Amino acid sequence: MMIAESVRFALTGVMANKMRSILTTLGILIGIASVIILLAVGAGTSNAIKTQIGKLGTNVLTVSRQTTAGGRAAGGQAVTGPRSRGTNLTLQDMAALTDPVMAPDVAATAPVVTAQNVTGTYQDATHAVATFVGTTPSYFSISNDTLAAGSYFSDGDASSGTAVAVIGNTVAQDLVGSSVTSAVGQTIALNGQNFVVSGVLAQKGSSGLNDPDDIVVIPYSAAQDKFTGYSPSLASITVQAKSADVMNQAQNEVQMILDARHNVTSANRDYQVRNQAQILTTATTTTATLTVLLGAVAGISLLVGGIGVMNIMLVTVTERTREIGIRKAIGASRGSIVSQFLIESLIISLIGGVLGIAAGYIGSAFPLLGTQPEVQWWTVWLSFLVSAAIGLVFGIYPANKAAKLRPIDALRYE
Amino acid sequence: MNDAVIQLDSVSKIYGKGEAEVRALDSVSISIDRGDFVAIIGASGSGKSTMMNIIGCLDGATQGTYHLDGIDTGTLDEFQLAQIRNRKIGFVFQNFNLIPRTRAVDNVSMPLAYAKVHRKERRERALEVLASVGLAERADHKPSQLSGGQQQRVAIARALVTNPVLLLADEPTGALDTKSSHEILDLFESLHANGRTIVMITHETDVAARANRVVRFQDGHIIEDHRLRDVHAHPVATAVPA
Ligand SMILES: Nc1ncnc2c1ncn2[C@@H]1O[C@H](COP(=O)(O)OP(=O)(O)OP(=O)(O)O)[C@@H](O)[C@H]1O
Ligand SMILES: [Mg+2]
Repeated sequence: MMIAESVRFALTGVMANKMRSILTTLGILIGIASVIILLAVGAGTSNAIKTQIGKLGTNVLTVSRQTTAGGRAAGGQAVTGPRSRGTNLTLQDMAALTDPVMAPDVAATAPVVTAQNVTGTYQDATHAVATFVGTTPSYFSISNDTLAAGSYFSDGDASSGTAVAVIGNTVAQDLVGSSVTSAVGQTIALNGQNFVVSGVLAQKGSSGLNDPDDIVVIPYSAAQDKFTGYSPSLASITVQAKSADVMNQAQNEVQMILDARHNVTSANRDYQVRNQAQILTTATTTTATLTVLLGAVAGISLLVGGIGVMNIMLVTVTERTREIGIRKAIGASRGSIVSQFLIESLIISLIGGVLGIAAGYIGSAFPLLGTQPEVQWWTVWLSFLVSAAIGLVFGIYPANKAAKLRPIDALRYE
Repeated sequence: MNDAVIQLDSVSKIYGKGEAEVRALDSVSISIDRGDFVAIIGASGSGKSTMMNIIGCLDGATQGTYHLDGIDTGTLDEFQLAQIRNRKIGFVFQNFNLIPRTRAVDNVSMPLAYAKVHRKERRERALEVLASVGLAERADHKPSQLSGGQQQRVAIARALVTNPVLLLADEPTGALDTKSSHEILDLFESLHANGRTIVMITHETDVAARANRVVRFQDGHIIEDHRLRDVHAHPVATAVPA
């Protein structure tokens, strides 16, 4: 019964200065909402990355050139002929990796030749291509690609350098418009060179960090002829292991073969083997770190909101010193004064908390930083508890200050 | 001694230290009987309010002992003192001291809330007491909607609502005009007639003349203690609620 009474007294206090109560509540509201939204963004991003890992498959290795000092030294003695940097990863290297005796765990390989700053044009439309790959048709199956329309190019096209291209959904949309399948058979220009679109890839969906549909794939020899200039070296070799379970064996086999061919050891390797899944795991870790940072920033705004509650409660206590004196004179105990003011700060912060949760939900309904935020249930409970805790922690000092006033001092207060 | 509601023995109140020391009360002893109506008079700064605050348990004595209704208040902790203020004492202030923005009936019932009386009973009792001070019509008014005399009557209703043994009033008519003052004093007289123990500070001699006993203060001492009427001319105090 006394609690009900304290709640009633506290409500009168909250209502006595509505504007002030609303502004204080707003501080908590913003803090709680930002915690929920930012953690939801973090969760959304990391889930998107996990989905992308699933799409990529966990059985892909990337062999790329190493251009560190060690690599250069090794390259110098291993290969004849002048070279500006690094060593070559050649088609012969790639062919050696498919040796069923030496590399029983390798299922398929694909060369990758890349070029930067490739712009596609079709009639009036232009599009800056994010990922530009010259390769063989095996690349498509290794990357889990499927066609939305048209066809891939053939192995013959790959080696002869036919001017054909397979384009991703984003590229197709930007160049020919929303009916992406109509791109098939059209001639587009890539940095001024004409290519016939042979196929459009099925959409993979954005992970939030990069867009896997913003891609153009052409025969590797066409890329060498028209973009990189002829060079014996590939940018990288994509290797598919027989299954995710034999990734380590496949990696060892690749390294043994390439070490022998390049005449290097593990100490001075001129190439690097990376596991796609590992790269994405690193990305996930980065996202987690980012989430913690975002959460910390949101937490600080919540802390500021809490200090706001404390500030207002201190003002309230000072303003109502006489009232406290009167209440004490007519028999209020220390406990009832404490509970009155504590409940008052609890009401303010809980209202802020509940509204903040609602605002967090509404805010998380919209995509942010390219991802759809996913509200985590635990953050809602946590926010509720945190706002209650703020009310208690930041209310206890002012409440105590009010309660320990001697009645005569409180009554004399001007 | 047994019938004394208030028993002060050599009570002193000293403010400040060293050079700045003020002896607001200097070894005051006084005994006030149940059912008595005592007026305290004296020059400004003579220590009247200081003694009243000690009697009302709003402040503690620096030296000496104070027995209220036989209880040595020096041995009580903060919680027990709050209970004493709640159950045994009704305090009326010169400046009314009502809680702002709170209806008269809620102001009056507030001591009952701290006494953990049930809500419905509280309201009934508060309305009853408001009616007895002639303010039944004003129960739902806020203090800012009441005249000074009406506010003081609300304050008296609040002081009486717990049916305390002791009604203390520090210049209750000090902020009121003559007419309102008379109404308040009539109210006090009828309360006294019903056996209530009243201690009242005043500056006006005609107000003091309404009491049974007049105590004069000067420089923290009692310099005169004068009985005008006998206590037992009136019926004995009503029972104190358990
Ligand atoms: N909190 C305090 N600190 C220091 N001195 C005080 C304090 N309260 C009262 N005094 C001093 O104690 C003395 C007695 O004060 P008190 O309020 O009891 O006077 P009073 O008789 O009620 O006067 P008045 O008729 O003006 O109300 C005064 O000299 C006053 O200055
Ligand atoms: Mg005084």
